[in-house]
Amino acid sequence: MTRHTHTPEECRRLLGQLNEYVDGDLADDLCDVLESHLAGCADCRVVLDSLTKTITLYRGLREMPVELPPDVEERLMQRLERDIHASDG
Amino acid sequence: MPGLHIDLSIYADEEALLVGLRRHEPDACTCLIKHFAPLVYARTLRLLGDPDEAEGALQTTFVNACAKLDSYAGRGGLGTWLYRIATNEALMQVRRTRPQVSLDAVAETLGPDDLPRQLQPWPADPAALALDHELTDQLEAALHTLPEGLRLVFVLRELQELSTEETATALGIGESAVKVRLHRARLKLRELLAEYLSAEEGT
Repeated sequence: MTRHTHTPEECRRLLGQLNEYVDGDLADDLCDVLESHLAGCADCRVVLDSLTKTITLYRGLREMPVELPPDVEERLMQRLERDIHASDG
Repeated sequence: MPGLHIDLSIYADEEALLVGLRRHEPDACTCLIKHFAPLVYARTLRLLGDPDEAEGALQTTFVNACAKLDSYAGRGGLGTWLYRIATNEALMQVRRTRPQVSLDAVAETLGPDDLPRQLQPWPADPAALALDHELTDQLEAALHTLPEGLRLVFVLRELQELSTEETATALGIGESAVKVRLHRARLKLRELLAEYLSAEEGT
């Protein structure tokens, strides 16, 4: 469903500014233009909303470990022991 | 999990662990690995995208960290210090093995491929739709489908919280290229997650 009051070219042009907008880096006057477009464009609102959620989901991974594949921990221990012995010797 | 079994509470805090490490106590080394290896590996794997390379960078990180323990000043915590070493190791690996890929093979402007195709509204709380680990697996899998030049920028900026300037310096590209690549990476990940979420919502 689309309720465009503008051209697809405008959506494409403003897409390039969404990044700075979600980071809070877009200049005030450009924010006004973008927000006025968003008010009349359901598609661009979806893109903005889902882009913001994508970023939030990924930031949730920051402190999340991944499961080590089998034997990775053991090989790491062996490597460290080897290095410690080499430096002691 | 087979392998090492130790009491992780053997050291009261990071300070005590550090003392143990400097005394070369075997339990201290095991504690360090138990706690930090999965976190360091997450970072090297997300940057490098290859399990073998990620393991190599993991090992080098801990070897270098142990060798530099005496000069570690304790500021910012052991984790921050290890993650910085790990990032440097992973980036050196990238430069060593495929410098041209990370630097050149990515368009520096938005193209037709970057235009949004998935235009269904997302659920208010996408994380509530799927089991935690399922969504996490999807996020990791989507990340690994990105071209390397986009993945490196995205991981450094979003997951490792480097600034635009720091990312540009780390990768040897301009700040405007970092911004465009970050935008392209975010848009591509949005498309991939939209496909997953719409499928989930339909089940």
